[in-house]
Amino acid sequence: MIINANEVGYYDLNKTIVASTDTEITVKNAMGQRYIGCGVAGKRITVEGTPGNALGAYLDGSRIVVYGNGQDAIGDTMNNGEIIVHGSCGDTTGYAMRSGKIFIKGNAGYRVGIHMKEYHEFFPKIVIGGKVGDFLGEYQAGGIIIVLGIGCDGKAPVGSFCGTGMHGGRMFIRSDEIPAGLPVQVSCTEATDEDKASIDEYVAEFAENFGYDKSELLSGKFYKLTPNTASPYKQLYTHN
Amino acid sequence: MALNYFQPLFDVIRDKDRCIKCRACERQCANEVHHYDAELDKMISNSQTCVDCQRCVCICPTSALKITDNPNKFRNNSNWSQRVMTEVYKQAETGGVLLCAMGNPKEYPVYWDKILLNASQVTNPPIDPLREPMETRVFLGKKPRSVTFKEDGSIDTKITPTLELSTPIMFSAMSYGSISRNAHESLARAAAELGIYYNTGEGGLHKDFYKYGPNTIVQVASGRFGVFKDYLETGAAIEIKMGQGAKPGIGGHLPGAKILEDVSKTRMIPMGTDAISPAPHHDIYSIEDLRQLVFSLKEATEYKKPIIVKIAAVHNVAAIASGIARSGADIIAIDGYRGGTGAAPTRIRDNVGIPIELALASVDQRLRDEGIRNEVSVVVAGSVRSSSDVVKAIALGADACYIGTAALLALGCHLCRSCQTGKCNWGIATQRPDLVKRLNPNIGYHRLVNLVHAWDHEIKEMIGGMGINSIEALRGNRLMLRGIGLNEKELEILGIRHAGQ
Repeated sequence: MIINANEVGYYDLNKTIVASTDTEITVKNAMGQRYIGCGVAGKRITVEGTPGNALGAYLDGSRIVVYGNGQDAIGDTMNNGEIIVHGSCGDTTGYAMRSGKIFIKGNAGYRVGIHMKEYHEFFPKIVIGGKVGDFLGEYQAGGIIIVLGIGCDGKAPVGSFCGTGMHGGRMFIRSDEIPAGLPVQVSCTEATDEDKASIDEYVAEFAENFGYDKSELLSGKFYKLTPNTASPYKQLYTHN
Repeated sequence: MALNYFQPLFDVIRDKDRCIKCRACERQCANEVHHYDAELDKMISNSQTCVDCQRCVCICPTSALKITDNPNKFRNNSNWSQRVMTEVYKQAETGGVLLCAMGNPKEYPVYWDKILLNASQVTNPPIDPLREPMETRVFLGKKPRSVTFKEDGSIDTKITPTLELSTPIMFSAMSYGSISRNAHESLARAAAELGIYYNTGEGGLHKDFYKYGPNTIVQVASGRFGVFKDYLETGAAIEIKMGQGAKPGIGGHLPGAKILEDVSKTRMIPMGTDAISPAPHHDIYSIEDLRQLVFSLKEATEYKKPIIVKIAAVHNVAAIASGIARSGADIIAIDGYRGGTGAAPTRIRDNVGIPIELALASVDQRLRDEGIRNEVSVVVAGSVRSSSDVVKAIALGADACYIGTAALLALGCHLCRSCQTGKCNWGIATQRPDLVKRLNPNIGYHRLVNLVHAWDHEIKEMIGGMGINSIEALRGNRLMLRGIGLNEKELEILGIRHAGQ
């Protein structure tokens, strides 16, 4: 099914998508309509243009490909599926996502992967091609975030306060320098070959999606960020 | 051994003539207050760890035990009270933030107790609920401004989804994790039998309880624990938790030690890791952002569920409520500063927020002044202790009340305010299997049903006495209220007259 989203409001657009029995759906001329693919399972949605906020929120196993830029809250509380953006995206990408994959070709805004969590077979992955804003992986409780820093000339492709409140999961930052100002509860080490092997498949998928050379991307220096403890606030309280 | 700067809060008094050394108290106390000394052949108590939960007192077959306040007192001082001094000692010893539980116990005014109800005399006859039909059913959600009908008499106006309550009472949000599985089951079954709703809190919904979905409100908080499509679709309504009366402005934090297998499954997080709900939703910095979350939830559930936005009662609550009413939310829940919690920093619990009575009155007035009262229902929480509190709340403008502490009392809680230790002897605020099994959900749910039935009957008696036979006719009917011992400003905010006027 092909839907021309030109001058269609989000309510009608999303109703059409949800009601459609087609699994392949193409939305042309997206112009900021919110909630595209919200909670949708079992579809392949292609978006041409610019989708609005909360693209693929609560996504439950669909694949969404955007030819354009995304906005804020992509994949908010996403449970499963895949979101691929051939451009950049805004803040809180992958907020509290529990599983599935998000690939962003360009840059992403603040608070990418905030509150991402994993559980048993649920394991979320975010790969950002360029750089990200402040608070990357804030409160991260699981899953994996990879920032490749393409075009950053080896400078740390993250903003301030990276990993604040992180207490699970891991991040890989492709950079020649250690991200500045990491909080005490995050440990940062240079990624070993073994570490790099653990992200091989995600980088490969990123490279395949956007036409990069995987081995070239992996050949660079990566820093691996992990939390020091799963209970960073344990010592803070006195029973009263 | 380090010198103790403060003495135990309580004294365990054992009547030696009555004590038969059955050791029931020893087995029942998770705080290990009691033990049997075989050499001395007597029961020994360690008051130091006692929290005054009254479990041993209730279980003692010969009524040999009493827990009293420790009569030992520091030198009298109206400024530096014993409590204040003890807190200083504790913090000097540990360097930690004081952590406590349940609602604010300090001596702030309780406005419910300064409001009196009206009754009919002579001119408008009272109604006897035993003999005449009375209506306490309420619908929560948006109300249309006008209703149009089709030619065949059916309603033409599009009605947005609502919650139907048999009586204007619901069980407040309490997460699985903060309370036990048996406590949750008791609440869920009681809600189903009563035709009301209970609230999952932010801890997700246990698979075994999906069957109570039609009577379940599912919560979405900043941590998004256990939130996924099935969860959202199972609930009758979705509540976005922005704040909580016991700890406005701060988030939740379930320590990793309490994340055992079942809780981890329900929250969908690994065992043993802290469950941190940050204070803000980091995607919500404005009413417009809130609107985005409200509508993403509506979109995900195809506009079939009412969306509740829960906030703590804070200083500018009326303006915030006005914003929420414009955000597309169907129901606003407001939680007063006396609301309970499984854990909160003492300073926050005891000093932040405002009384629910004043918050409710100002919110209802503000929404009416702006002509948007019909856009949302208003549910209030934060220490609704009895049916008369419910009646007063509705007369002040609420559509319904949430009860949390009262519901836990029905299950056996004695308000020892030690939930944060996870050693609840009543099997409520604990995940320890040996303690959880003390709360029998078959009995627990029955006690909750009893409580709400009793309140419902009392509500009918009170409104019947006013000559009102429908709870709808009481809502915002502040003429039924009079203040007692309140100053002009308080009366003005509550929108009521003083007794005698």
